[in-house]
Amino acid sequence: MTPAIFCRALRKHYGDVKAVDGVDLEVEPGECFGLLGPNGAGKTTTIEILEGLTRPDSGEVMVLGRRWGSHERELRERLGISLQESRMSEKLTVFETLELFRSFYARGRDPERLLADLSLEEKRDARVGKLSGGQRQRLAVACALAGDPEILFLDEPTTGLDPQSRLQLWERIEGLKAAGRTVLLTTHYMEEAERLCERVAVVDHGKIIAQGSPAKLIAGLRAPHILEFSTEPQVSEALLAELPGIGERRAREGRWLLAAASLAESVPALLAVLEGAGARLVSLSTHRATLEDVFISLTGRDLRDE
Amino acid sequence: MSERPRPLAALTRARILEFVREPEALFWVFAFPILMAVVLGFAFRDRPPDPVPVGVVAGASSGRVSDALKKAGTVRVLPYASVPEGLEGLRTGKIAMLVEEVAGLVYHFDPTRPDARMARLEVDDAIQRARGRVDPSPAREERVHEKGSRYIDFLLPGILGLNLMGTGIWGIGFSIVNARLKKTLKLMVATPMRKSDYLLSQMLSRFIFLVVEVLVILSFGIAAFGVPIRGSWAALGLTILVGAIGFAGLGLLVVARARTLEAASGLMNLVMVPMWLLSGVFFSSERFPKSVQPLIRALPLTAVNDALRAVMLEGRGIRAIAGPLLLVAAWAVASFAVALKIFRWQ
Repeated sequence: MTPAIFCRALRKHYGDVKAVDGVDLEVEPGECFGLLGPNGAGKTTTIEILEGLTRPDSGEVMVLGRRWGSHERELRERLGISLQESRMSEKLTVFETLELFRSFYARGRDPERLLADLSLEEKRDARVGKLSGGQRQRLAVACALAGDPEILFLDEPTTGLDPQSRLQLWERIEGLKAAGRTVLLTTHYMEEAERLCERVAVVDHGKIIAQGSPAKLIAGLRAPHILEFSTEPQVSEALLAELPGIGERRAREGRWLLAAASLAESVPALLAVLEGAGARLVSLSTHRATLEDVFISLTGRDLRDE
Repeated sequence: MSERPRPLAALTRARILEFVREPEALFWVFAFPILMAVVLGFAFRDRPPDPVPVGVVAGASSGRVSDALKKAGTVRVLPYASVPEGLEGLRTGKIAMLVEEVAGLVYHFDPTRPDARMARLEVDDAIQRARGRVDPSPAREERVHEKGSRYIDFLLPGILGLNLMGTGIWGIGFSIVNARLKKTLKLMVATPMRKSDYLLSQMLSRFIFLVVEVLVILSFGIAAFGVPIRGSWAALGLTILVGAIGFAGLGLLVVARARTLEAASGLMNLVMVPMWLLSGVFFSSERFPKSVQPLIRALPLTAVNDALRAVMLEGRGIRAIAGPLLLVAAWAVASFAVALKIFRWQ
């Protein structure tokens, strides 16, 4: 089967900055694929090259088996694109904006139906300038759907949204996936990628450093359990270095987070070390590793630090 | 699946909606030119210029001098107690000329000031006549005051031209830079929308405002001041249309690459201010030195203003204004071509 999106050895440099530095991707039809990485990792440049908006310095791009250079018009009819931080005219109403975008496509979806799909019926006649952040993002997705696209590109669809709006948009995107649409999205929220994407590519410094389903990436960690605890007084890192079966260690807000290969081995060892040091345990919890831990184990850096 | 409106129509409609929902834009396009015409029109209404203020230094004959000047009524008399005080008034511009009589008449004035030279002639004339001068060949004055030759008649076509330029360049410029800044433009380019449809919609929406704008200014000029339209409406309409296309092209060119509103305003001012000054909006461009005339003639606003005045005031036909219209059309074609070539879509 022809991949929905395919690229090989993609490169784009801005002066000395290697925004995209040799990216290979293959997105299958009907799949939701996530480009995951910190700000400035090259996600937006990559997706904009795939969208035909930025020309790569070198490399090959095929979308729906077509090339941008020779089939731009056809591809534009078949794709839906929502850009990071692009704003619609504030003076138009939600419905007028949808009608405008609908007019650009030869075939597409009824604006009234799009309103319903994105839960925007109540805001039908509201000016875009009066919408909340979440409503604007849903409108952006609705505009991207105006041409009933085969592939939907979403660049940071939930950045800057409050948790409730984010959840609402996730539900909408899950609805689109259920309808069999191919979705490529970028995000720096691990929860978002884990929840929405069948496969993710972890991007850092313009390169893909890992690729696969979230579950597989997590299972691939040598230490798939996270031990999170705090003590009184706090213990030093040197003390924890002696623990067996521990991968990454990091401190966050007065707590220690340790990646452990086996809880059965590491928890008793930790308790013993703490007792030996005379530190009283204030809190202790364990959870399975997330994509965030995958990123840390791959880069040694915390995603949120960026 | 659903029926869709034509993209050009949808874009034009969206642009019109955006515009009419912007109260400030409405003010600058419609109210501002009328306010300007009202203020200038009344300032230069059918009334002689204000009498020039002339100072008279107190002395033996100053009473008679003042009486003579007041009787002639062509200057305004201000008494001064001494020469230094009078000279002070002259220096600070309170009076245009100072009259003193000690051992004969003395006129203090600055000959480089036109009002001072006029005051000198009027004052001398009044005093000499009062003292018995008889003119060897008196002349009869025939005063001409015809509609079409007043300042407002000259001014209104200029304001019309100015407005065509201002709203063309501002209207198109700001809307495009805004769309570029908010990345709306980039988002639209990511759809199958034709780029030419976008630029065309900017022009089409301009023409619709133009009809309203022109009718408002013209009917105001006709109703309030009786400004004549001696030529045909067809010639007038053609001039306005060609002018609007020219300035729309210029507007597109000015903002073809501008990334910020500041850069765009700077460029717009760079383009418009010289034409405000040189192209004969408020006074005839013939008053500039001969050496810069070829440059002034080449400006699109000069051509539009000349054509408007030729049609409205002189009743010229389309053939007579073909020259300036072709010049404006050339500006339009050239700036469109360059703008399309260098336009920054994202």
